[in-house]
This record gives sequence, C-alpha cells and structure tokens, in this order.
Amino acid sequence: MSILGTRVVRTEDPRLLTVGGTYVDDLRVPELDGAVQATFVRSPLAHALITGIDTSAARDEPGVLAVLTAQDLAGAEAPENEAPENAEADEAELVAAEEASAAAGAASAADGGAAAEAAGAAAEEAGAESGEAGPGPLGGPFAEPMFAADRVRFVGEPVALVLTDGPAGRYQGEDISELVSVDYDPLPAVVGTEASLAGDTLLFPPAGSNVAAAGGARKGGGPAFDGALFAGCEVVVERTIVNQRVAVVPLEVRAAAAAWQDGKLTVWASTQNAQLARVILAGALQLDPGAIRVIAPDVGGGFGAKIGLDREAVAVAWAARKTGRPVRWVETRSENMVAMTHGRDQVQSLAIGGNRDGRILAYRIDIVQDGGAYPRMGGFLPTLTSLMAAGVYDIPRVETAFRVALTSTTPVAAYRGAGRPEATAAIERAVDLFAAEIGMDPAEVRRLNVVSPDKFPFTTASGAQYDTGRYADALSTVLEAAGYQSLRAEQAKRRASDDPVQLGIGLATYVEITAGDAQAGETARLAVHDDGTATVYTGSSAHGQGHHTAWAMLVQDELGIPMDQVTVIHGDTDLIPAGVGTYASRSLQLGGSAVHKAAGEVKDEARRVAAAMLEAAEDDLELDTDTGRWQVRGDPETALSWAQVAGQAGGDGLVANVEFKGDRATFPFGAHVAVVEVDTETGKVRHVRHVTVDDAGPVLNPVLAEGQRHGGIAQGAAQAMLEEVVYDADGNPITSNLADYAAITAAELPSFELIAMETPTTLNPLGVKGIGEAGTIGATPAVQNAVVDALAHLGVRHIDMPTTPERVWTAITAAQKTAAQQTGAQQTGAQQTGAQQTGAQQTGAQQTGAKKAAQNGRTR
Amino acid sequence: MKVTITVNGQEVGADVEDRALLVHFLRDSAGLTATKIGCDTTSCGACTVLLDGESVKSCTVLAAQADGAEVTTLEGLAGADGTMHPVQRAFHAEHGLQCGFCTPGMVMALVSLLRENRHPTEDEVRAGLEGNLCRCTGYHNIVRAALSAAAEN
Repeated sequence: MSILGTRVVRTEDPRLLTVGGTYVDDLRVPELDGAVQATFVRSPLAHALITGIDTSAARDEPGVLAVLTAQDLAGAEAPENEAPENAEADEAELVAAEEASAAAGAASAADGGAAAEAAGAAAEEAGAESGEAGPGPLGGPFAEPMFAADRVRFVGEPVALVLTDGPAGRYQGEDISELVSVDYDPLPAVVGTEASLAGDTLLFPPAGSNVAAAGGARKGGGPAFDGALFAGCEVVVERTIVNQRVAVVPLEVRAAAAAWQDGKLTVWASTQNAQLARVILAGALQLDPGAIRVIAPDVGGGFGAKIGLDREAVAVAWAARKTGRPVRWVETRSENMVAMTHGRDQVQSLAIGGNRDGRILAYRIDIVQDGGAYPRMGGFLPTLTSLMAAGVYDIPRVETAFRVALTSTTPVAAYRGAGRPEATAAIERAVDLFAAEIGMDPAEVRRLNVVSPDKFPFTTASGAQYDTGRYADALSTVLEAAGYQSLRAEQAKRRASDDPVQLGIGLATYVEITAGDAQAGETARLAVHDDGTATVYTGSSAHGQGHHTAWAMLVQDELGIPMDQVTVIHGDTDLIPAGVGTYASRSLQLGGSAVHKAAGEVKDEARRVAAAMLEAAEDDLELDTDTGRWQVRGDPETALSWAQVAGQAGGDGLVANVEFKGDRATFPFGAHVAVVEVDTETGKVRHVRHVTVDDAGPVLNPVLAEGQRHGGIAQGAAQAMLEEVVYDADGNPITSNLADYAAITAAELPSFELIAMETPTTLNPLGVKGIGEAGTIGATPAVQNAVVDALAHLGVRHIDMPTTPERVWTAITAAQKTAAQQTGAQQTGAQQTGAQQTGAQQTGAQQTGAKKAAQNGRTR
Repeated sequence: MKVTITVNGQEVGADVEDRALLVHFLRDSAGLTATKIGCDTTSCGACTVLLDGESVKSCTVLAAQADGAEVTTLEGLAGADGTMHPVQRAFHAEHGLQCGFCTPGMVMALVSLLRENRHPTEDEVRAGLEGNLCRCTGYHNIVRAALSAAAEN
C-alpha cells in the first residue's frame, strides 16, 4: 500500500523537540569559534542627508575590532546605484529604464543562476516584462546600497556596522553603536502613497519621480482606462479600499554568520534558498560562486521575507572577508520590525459592474502599491495582483492598472501570498459590495459567476490561465459544512432581537497561482547506497514545511526503501550547488516532482543492474515496493535487496541527478466561511468559526498540508482583524516591536474546520499544486467580509482592515448617524426622500445600505 | 558578578555582567541553546523556562535574580533514558510545530500550564498561551497537543 496520502508525523520533530534545533544563533561550529559580533547602526530618521559620520569614539573603545561604513566599501565593488540617464525623464521612460536595468541587474547578478531565471520566469509567467522581478536587493535604478552613503530613506536603514569582540559579549555591540556619531540634515518624510504620488519630495531626485514602476492601464504614465468597460451594466459599485501594510514576523529574526578561510567564504544564513543567497553574495562581493559556500541551518520561518539574502547579511560576509575574522549577526526584534521587508500595502480603487440578476460583467482594479523606500521587487507584487484580479469568476471584461509609489518607509516585498492575497481581498470585497447593492445573498452571487468546470483550462480576462478547478463544488461543500442556512437563521434571530452581539458570516472563494516560476524548476539528487539506505539532496529549502518527511515518503513510495532509511539534505551549496529554493508554494510540485523523477531514474538503473545479476530480462523484473525487493516476476526466491543491487552497481552506487521543470503555474482554489461575533457596543470582533475547502490536488501527507492551511488561515485572520504596520507623519514607525505590533495569538483564534477536496493538475506527475499560501489568501477576505456582514443590517458596507474595535465602532456610529439623518429626512417629505434615494443608488453601496437601515427604522 | 544556577540538575557557575539576562546565561554560560530569543519586549515567549518550577520568560529575569535557583529548559525535560515528556510527545503526534523556533518556549509554557490546570478547556489553553507567539501553526495543533497531553494527566 502506498504511503502517499497517509498521515505521517514528521521525522524532523524529535531534534527540534529535545534540543531546540540549530538556528544561526545556535551554531557552535569550529569555523565560528571566536566570532566577532556584528551590530548595525541604523538611521533614526525617515529621510535625511548624511553630512558626516564620526566613528572615532566607537573605534577607540576596547574590544572594538572595526566600525565600517559606506566609505570602507571602496574596493569592495558595492553594487552601483545607476540613475536613469535623463534626469527629466517622464514616467514612461522611467518605467522602461527600470525594466531594462532590472533585467540587466538580474542577469549580471545571477550569472546563469537558476534563481534569477526563476524570478524572471515568474514575472514572465505573470505576464510582466521579464525584468520586473529583480530577485535580490541589489541592483536596478533605485538600488539599495549595502550602507546608506549620502542619504537615508527609512527609519532602520543601515548606516554603519560595528564589530566587537570584547568580554561584555552581546551587550557591547549595542553600547558601542551608540557612540557612532552620524550627522543628518533632515528632509521631509514621504508617508503614504498619496504623498508619494504628489511628488513634492523625491526619494531619488535623479529619477524625477517617486513612481518606480507602472503597468496595465497606467503603463507609460497613463491612465488610459477603457471608457466603455461598464457599458451595459445596470449597477456599478465603486470603492477605494486599503490592503494595509503588515509585518512578516517569523519567530526567528534575520541572522547570518560568515567565515573567510583559505580563500573561501562560508556563510550560514537564515534564508529560504541558499543557492540564491550564493548568487547574491557572488554578485555583490565579486567572487566566483565556487569560492562561496552558503549553508541554511534550521530556519525559523520565512514567509517570503527570507528569499535570498538581505544587505545586512551581505555586509556580514563582506566584513568577515575584510577583517579575516568570523562574524556573526543576529538582529533584535526591534530591528527586524523596521528593517526586514514588510508585506501587502496597496491602495486599491475598485469598480464592479453587472446586472440585477446577479451576473457580473466588468471589473476594474487600479492599484497603488506602496513600495517603501526601495522597490525590492519592482512591479512584481501588483503585477501578480493584476494577473489574479478576476479571481474565480468568469467576468467578461477586466481592466487592471498599477503604480509602485516609493515612500520613506521600510521596503515592501513578498509576504505569504505576495500579490495574490491582495487580488483576492479586492475581488472578494467587490463581489460582496455588488451583492449588497443588488440585494442578493453573496453566496448566490458567487455561485452564479464562478467559472464552470467545463471551461478549463480557462483564461481570464486579466490573462491568467487556470489549469483545473471546481469552484462551485468548493463553494457548495464549504457552505454545507458550515451550516450556512442555520448560520443565516441565527443571524436573523440576533438582528431581530437587537442583540448587542451580532453574528457575521463571511465568504471568500479564491483561486491562486503557485509555482509561478515553474519553468525554473527544481533539482534533486538521489543516491541509494550499498547498505540499502538512500540520501536525497534537494534544491528546495524547508523552513518548517516538513520536506524531510515528505521527500522520504516519495522515495519509500517509489522504491520501497523505508522512510527511516532515507536521509534528506537541503540548504548547503557545497552539496547542492544548483537549486531554486522554497517560496511561492512551489516545493512539492517542483522539488517533490524532482525527487519523484530521480527515484524513477534510480529504479530504471536498478532494474538494469538487477536484471544482469539475475540473468533475467529487464521486463521480467519487478520491484515489490512493500518489501523493497527486486525479483523475477512471481519468484520470491530470486529476491534482491536494495543493498545488494546498489552494491553491485559499483562506483557511487545508484545515483540519479535530475532537474524537474514545469511548463507553467498551477492554480489551487478553495472556499472559506468565517463566522465572527461583533460586539456592537464596543466594536470588538471575535472570530468564532472558520471552515475551509482548500483544494491543491492530491495530498501527499494530510498532516503537513493541514498544518500549512492552519498557519495560513491564522495569518489571514491576523491581517483582517488585528495587524497593521503604522507610521506617524514624520515616518517614525510606531509598531516597531512586538509589544506595539498586534501579532495574532492563540487567544484570538478558533480551531479551524478543514474539509478535504482534491482536484489534480495535469502539469506534474504527482498531480499536485501548492498549499503554502492558500489559507492566507482565502481567510483574509472571509474574515473581513464576516465583520462587514455582521453590521450589514445597520447600513455598514465596508470597513478597512484591520477591523479593530475602534474602526468597527466608528463604522457603526457613522451608519447610525446616517440612518438617523435619513429617518429625519424621510419625515420632512416624500419628495426630498425620493431625491435622496436616487442619489443613494447612484453613489453606491454605503448610502443604499443606510437607506435600507433607515427604512427599517433601525436606530440604536 | 558570580552567579550559580542549577540548570537541568547541573550546577553552572559563571561570572556575568550585572545586567546579564537569564536567557543569555543559559545560552552563553550554560551552553544550552534550545531556549530562544524572539523579541525584546517580553512578548513572544520563545525564551520561556521553568524557574523553581514556575514558567518565566528568561529574557525578563536577570541572571543575578536566578542565582541559587533551579532552572529547567527544554533540554532538561526528557527522562534520563531519553523518553520525551508527554507534552513533547503530544507536539510530535499532533504536528504542533513547524519551523520549531517557538517550540521550546511553547512546550515549557504548556508544561507549566498543565501543572497548574491539569484538565484545561480549549479556551483555557488558548488564554494560557497568549504570551507565546507562533507564526507557523495558527496555534491549531498546539492547542490540540495541549489537550492531548492533558488527557494523559
């Protein structure tokens, strides 16, 4: 019986549960004996010119090895900050320059590396210009320098690096860093996309604009919107919503250690892909990749923000080479909250149109992406949002547009979902707004508009090619599991009794894109040794996902070698020089398919060897995968063990070295129902149930897949209810530690109710899609929709995330005020009321809702 | 100053700065790295250990305050024969960990919780874990692990 699809607990766990694993800060390897401690001096200002740096007081302290700044980079060939040639360039030229330069940057940094190719392929897959997705932090026209040299652009930007090895240990670095004196000439902060687009203050004056990239109807400076997009629509609802900035908060902060020995640099880094980290290091330090070894030890979560390597880790490697001493850097959480990239942060102007029978005919999304101070990923995030704009719906006309606006804040990059949760949040809110406007149940509007199964493969009006899907089934399954009708009945009861605690039922049907860079593929090397054990070397790079368990299951399934005899190795470029890594929900479908393919090749080779040993025809041989024995068909007397066959193979034993490449991305989908209680007197939201169908094809190990869903749901609910990175008007972060940032806890979540559904893809041999990000993508709008739904009868049509008590209470109060005014107006005469109602119909959902509330005579 | 702390049954003495935190004593002086540092505001709980049997966040206790005390870290939880503690076993069986970084603190917090309340409800487990952050599991399987370990009580 195949082990695939069965519940197998993780092989990784005993080590983590008994000694706590080995993360960068835990490494006690000889190469790091006597490592000096690295501490960064960071900008306390959002935007300023640096007029001088005095490191002498710090350098004079005992135990200080060096204080390094941008000036010390001379000779280190730091990446150049290439300004566009024409300082007066208009936006169109800027965008073109950005694309060209990013492409060049990616190419030169990668030097044929799979990772840059991966990012390029991802962008191409997403329908973007091939250069828009620079893989690393270094390069491009708005480049992020290793240290700020003449200008700082956000609070937390590194300005200097202090290396200490005194007896005071880890506290000394912080003491010394306070002695580094930096003179700043403050400049106006640029906070929020509105200020950025106004362009009164430019972060990169030579660029002539704060807009780093633009696309869709805004490409070339636009806008060039289609005036006829909503022609023939009986109803059009417009709304501008905010998909707020959130912090990634992996429990392990960023960390790196480096040692330079005998002309070779070894870097231990908390990264999602050691191979990409090596590409970045080679480019930045102008070293041959062969002179660099990158090791990813245990990694305490990444969620997209540990793709590749950040500039601090590059600086640590550079410092080790420059000083000849091993160096270790582990940031503090307060540094992490301002200097690790943030996620999301889009202002989305939406318009959705259709008919009163529930059919959606047209949809537009115009995105302003806050890129932060450095456009890490160019236009990548809003490009993905645009690509996925239509969601699960068969909408005839879809128009997208985006601009990436730079602000004097922490750079924004990938965070669990990276552009897709933003798309789903937008369309799922829009569909609810449309449903409210036409007075139809949001479940019914979804049922009417989802792409029907007979249309796959289906290409959306925004250009995504969906492989397989059963969207209506997912919706009906989740509605039934949640007891949708009973929930609506309970809601009606609470409304009728004016219960202060109202019930909200939120829906989200979603489709997302995984392994967008399928063509970049993934590597696997599988060796079966002469003792019958096997070793898998994988280019994927687990940081919590359970690859070691999953890959061993794949080997057992294919070869019959018990999984406890299979060792899985990842994250070491000496052992695995080529690999792409773990992000974009790509691992199983690419890395897993590579392991599957390698096992197939080993099996073919073993068949040849065994046939020779048994003097039988290859076709007459069979492998019993229950016992792991080769034999002539039907003749157990001839059985050979893997040890015997591998021993006979000679040389390295039985080895396969493969790369698996996908043709294109896969599109998992699902449906979520969130149930919340909203205390209308305090605005407090309680998430009481969460029911989901998340279909990512056949499940290899339900334990792991469910774990991914759980974590994803929690992060989605966190964004919907609690979490937000906030800056004041001067660009000071006011959520810069975990006391101020509302990271979600166990007390704010329910247990989750997961329903299984498996629709295979045809795009890989395992039939699998990615599951890493789906939970977040579905949960975010489901929870937000539930909060709004709880208050719909009061006339509330929208509340921006996070739906904090203050925002909820404010929305309730505003709706009550509107309702009271309308009640008053109604009493003054039919003619005036009639006029108001017409106005309400024209201006959208909120007023229409208020009108209904007024008609119900509901004032609280 | 000189501090002596009994860690997992072994006496560990070290000369530390007055301001040295217990978590740094455990990691640097005792050489036990299971206890993690996840924040600097006593918010995340990754550094949770037992101090004279009570759970504390070791980033918020000075090493000097623990002088003469007994501390148990994750490394000291399993039996002498290596048998995992029921909470450790439950975390494994219920997939209560992914990246593993919050795990030492989570496990220690739950060991303490289940001593104070042998048969907690789900809500009591969730409230009891409010001071321990996990970013991977959505807490779902951690809560299940807690309830399953409690069932063994």
